[in-house]
This record gives sequence, structure tokens and C-alpha cells, in this order.
Amino acid sequence: MSPLLEVRDVRMHFPVRTGLFFSPKKHVKSVDGVTLSVKPGETLGLVGESGCGKSTLGKVIAGLYRPTSGEIRLDDFPVSGLSNRQRLPFRRDIQMIFQDPSESLNQRLTVGQILEEPFAIHNIGERPERRRRARELLDRVGLPYSAMDRFPFEFSGGQRQRIGIARAIALKPRLIICDEPVSALDVSIQGQVLNLLLDLQKEMGLAYLFIAHDLSVVRHMSDRVAIMYLGKIVELGDADAVYRRPLHAYTRALISAIPSHTPGSKGNRIIIPGDLPSPIDPPPGCAFGHRNRSPRHHESVERPPVFREVEPERWILDCPCCRLRG
Amino acid sequence: MSSETILDVRDLTVGFDTEQGRLVAVDGVSFCVQKGRALGIVGESGSGKSVTSLSLMRLLPQPAGRIIGGSVLFKGRDLTQIPLAEMRKIRGNGISMVFQEPMTALNPLHRIGRQLAEVIELHTHLSKREIDERCLDLLRKVGIPAPEQRLGEYPHQLSGGMRQRVVIAMALACNPELVICDEPTTALDVTIQAQILELIASLRAELNMAVILITHDLGVIAENCDEVAVMYAGRIVERAPVRELFANPLHAYTRSLLSAIPSADSVRKSRLTTIEGLVPSLAELRPGCRFAPRSGRPYTQADLDERPPFVQVAPDHWVEASRVCVDREVLAAAGIR
Repeated sequence: MSPLLEVRDVRMHFPVRTGLFFSPKKHVKSVDGVTLSVKPGETLGLVGESGCGKSTLGKVIAGLYRPTSGEIRLDDFPVSGLSNRQRLPFRRDIQMIFQDPSESLNQRLTVGQILEEPFAIHNIGERPERRRRARELLDRVGLPYSAMDRFPFEFSGGQRQRIGIARAIALKPRLIICDEPVSALDVSIQGQVLNLLLDLQKEMGLAYLFIAHDLSVVRHMSDRVAIMYLGKIVELGDADAVYRRPLHAYTRALISAIPSHTPGSKGNRIIIPGDLPSPIDPPPGCAFGHRNRSPRHHESVERPPVFREVEPERWILDCPCCRLRG
Repeated sequence: MSSETILDVRDLTVGFDTEQGRLVAVDGVSFCVQKGRALGIVGESGSGKSVTSLSLMRLLPQPAGRIIGGSVLFKGRDLTQIPLAEMRKIRGNGISMVFQEPMTALNPLHRIGRQLAEVIELHTHLSKREIDERCLDLLRKVGIPAPEQRLGEYPHQLSGGMRQRVVIAMALACNPELVICDEPTTALDVTIQAQILELIASLRAELNMAVILITHDLGVIAENCDEVAVMYAGRIVERAPVRELFANPLHAYTRSLLSAIPSADSVRKSRLTTIEGLVPSLAELRPGCRFAPRSGRPYTQADLDERPPFVQVAPDHWVEASRVCVDREVLAAAGIR
């Protein structure tokens, strides 16, 4: 199946001010050479620690940031170089759901107005038609019609996330970037929202880029997963395969850190020393080998790691200090 | 392991005076903690777990929050009855606390060293040099690299994980016998969470402290606690040793909570078991079983009106004996019809 979305060697560097006038300009390399693809109807999970650049990557794909370099293709058509106006028709195809629905929904608009807005922007139908469609959306995400004339703050966190989802599916997109959609919700509510996302995917054939830091949730929701570390994808492949038999040392450590639900067992927990290094001055060579104090890290300084397919459908950021024997 | 009880909470009830009248956030909870042991309190937001921990320290928001009833016996003294000046001596010295957000627990305007030293100055009579040494010692103990340098830094110069280590160092400064950790790793990444939980576990073993670990994550409890109390809507609905609770959950809420989490064995992309509805707000709480309306089981008005007793059904395994949420055989075995 040809991919719906292709991301090719995308970089997103933000300039930072350091010191006064003559100091050299530095950049935060939030996303530093990412290549991945999403097939129609598929869920690609994207996991990593905070600061690894996963949210920035999501925003670049959604078109909220213009990448520093690299290319994003939708149905094999390059969309990353387009102006905002040229991009408008493509925006229908990619939508986004945010972590905190109370911040991503306009508090001054009623739910009805929020849901009618996408139709207005894209000149679909007249007022009554838009209102009818907004009601259909509420129905679809399991909220009562009475929600139309109420404001976002009148709803609970889970219900607000449903409103966010309703807005995202309004224009029948093909890909939704879900950026930590359930992180702010309680366990009992989390399941309701995840089930809704699964149902909508089945009904509408949606593809998801599912960004989260909760590894159990990502595993449950994803067909394939990408593990991100300091702006780069370190491993990508079938979700079960990656979790059962990680091929990159960072993936293995990350998965071992998931608290298990078996009392007393800490499994084979690997405690990674240190913190995520700064994306302004990343360490030379393999960034994880550096943090992990790998004895073979120096080799990666001479030969920088390359992202390549090491097994069918399995990609890792290959370097001598982090590659595991499967 | 000794079984000396250092904290014995009986029937603790905490209310807030609001415009809507008095709202009861914690409604008669009882538990105890033994020396060197770890108790986990798990619950969703609004279950009253944080209010419970704040009231143990008498740190409830004033003037609205107050302890309405019950007792908190710390080494035999009722903390709800002693004067505030006495309580101040116990805070930090006898019982200390680690909060969720280390950035708000630390003062952004003071250097790490000064904040640590303040705790020690307040509770001991050490000389300036001894205090400095103790600070360095503490930072080393919680695994902070280059502690001499860190003492002169401000909280914003540290990463989230390092800040939480500093907060833990402050909590340990005066060798407390009980440390209350309120969501200590919720704001941290999973790899850093693993570091911090490992640190708390090793310190507990080393210093023989008791720990109360408050969290919404059952996984964290499973690995780090000896005993668990499950809270829902202001009450403990079930309390048991960790293995027993995970192997044999009796209350419908505990069961739902355990099955709502996607596990490694669950079929990918299958629908998850969910708990329908919402956690009730404090204003709409009923005296009876509070989970009944969400349990998906049939219930009567009487179930909502009469408070079920909290009974022991197996050694150290206690459950709120709701006719709706607990199986009939279990209740019968405990002598409830």
C-alpha cells in the first residue's frame, strides 16, 4: 500500500539567543533528520521522553511549523513547501488533537460555534447546514445535543477531549495527529477516549500519528511504533515486535522502565543514568551511547549513526554502541 | 521486619467549608503504617488521596479545610489534637513530604544549598560547617552528581529529575521516620520515574523509614509498596497487602481500575474495559456505596443511603462491604447478609 504520509529527513531547528551581539547563533535541534511514513488507516505510535521533539514533529506534520529542511508528502504530493493559502485544501486531510482540551478549545465560543468553525473556514454549507453537521459530530463522539449551546468549561476533561475529537473529525480528515490525547485524563476516563478513537478509526478509515509518553497506551493503540530520542528516531517497526525484541539499547531501556502490574517484580529494569542531553549542544556521535556511558561510544563519534533498515520493516539508528543483537 | 506501628489513622474525616456548605472530601478513612514499610494510596483525581496526606501533616488549605473527626496517631500522639507549634516540630523531623511538582516545592529565588540548610537549621543545633557537610552528604545520598557545584545553583538550573532528588534530600534532611510522597513521579518521564522510585526504595531500606506513596498509577504501587489502599470518592473502598490486592481484588472499583489499564498481554487495538460515567463531585456524594451508580450492577435506593461497613474478609484484607460492589459469597464469609 502506498503511504498516505511521508516524512523525509525533516529537520526543525529553532534559533535561540545566546549572550549578546557577537556570540554565534545557536539552534535547538528539536527534530533532527526524521524519516517515517504512515499508511492509510494505520496507527503509528510515536514515543519518547519529554524534550525529545515528538510534539514538534507532530506540529511540523500538521503544518503548524514550516520545517527547516526536508520534505513532507501527502499522497506523494509535497506539502511542506507550500504557503498557508496553497496549503488550505490539504489542511482538511490532516487534523490534530491536543493534550489539554481546555487550552486548545476557545473558551469564549460555545461548543456549537467551535464545531461549526471548520465548515465556515472551508466554505462548506450555510449556517443551518453547518449546525446540522455540528450536531451529527456531537452524536458521533457521544455527547448530547444540549452541548451545542454550552461552553467548554462546563464539561469534564474527558468530555472536553470528545469535543476536541469532534472538531478534528469535522472535515473528514485522513490523518489525525493525536498529541498526548489521554495524558491529562484519569484512568477510568482514559479508556473511554481511547475506545472512541479506535471506533472512529474503524468507521472512518482514519490514520493516526499517536504521540504519547505512556508506553502501555501506545502499544495498545499502535500498529507500528517509532521511538524518538533527542530529535531522532532510534527505532521503528511493528509495535509488538519492537516491544518484545527491541534492537536499540534506548528502546530496551525505555520499555524496561514501564511499571509492571505484577507486585514485587521489577523485571529486568534497566536504570539509565543521567538525563536527556540538551538539544542545543547534543553530544558528539550517538547521543544515547553518550548518556548510557557505553564503552564503544567513541566509535560512533568517528562513524556517526545511520538510520537504516536492519531487518524487513525494522529500522534503527544504527551504531556500534547501541545496536543489540536480536 | 518489625511490625511497630508508627502511624495509625482512625476514621479520619476532613471537610471544606464552602458557599455550598460543608463538603466532606475525606469520609472516615482508617489505615496504619508500620516502621520501614510502604503503603500505597491509589485513586483518581478527586478521590481524596491528596487531602488525606495534607491532613496528616495538618497542611490543609486554610481557613476552609478542617479535620472534622477521627484521629491521626503518630507514635501514639494524636496529631489532630496537639498545638500547632508542636506540629511544626514534627513536620520535617518526624514526618516529611515530597510533592508532585518539584518546581513549586522549591523556592525559585534561593540557591539549593540555602534551601537545604534552612531545613536543617530549623530542626537541629548544628554549626554552620556541620550543616554544610550535612547538605553535601544529603545530595550525595540522593545521587546528585557534582554536589558541591549544585549547592550553589538555583532550581531552574536543574532538570526535573534532579529537582525531585533535591526535594527528596530536603525531606530526608532530619531523618524522618515517615515520608509521604504525593505523586512523586507524575511530572517525570518514565526513565526518570524509574530512577526516582529506585532511589526511594533504596533509601527506605537503608534508613528504615516508612513511606506513604500516593499515586494514580497502580503499576507504581505494585512494584514499590507492601500494602495498598484504594480510594474512591473520599473513602477507602479496599485495603490489602499488595500481592493479595492484585491477585484477589474484591471491590468492583478495584477490579475496574485494574482492568482499565492496557496490559502487555491485551490484544492490540481491542476495545478497553472502561468505567462509565464520572467521579461524583463532592456536593453530590451520598452516604451509601459511592461506586454503585458506575458499577454497571443493579442497585437500590437503600444501597445509596446506608453506609456499608468496612470489614475484614481475609487476613489484612479489608473491603467496604457494599452489597452492590462486592460479591455475595465474600460478604457471606464475612458474616454480612
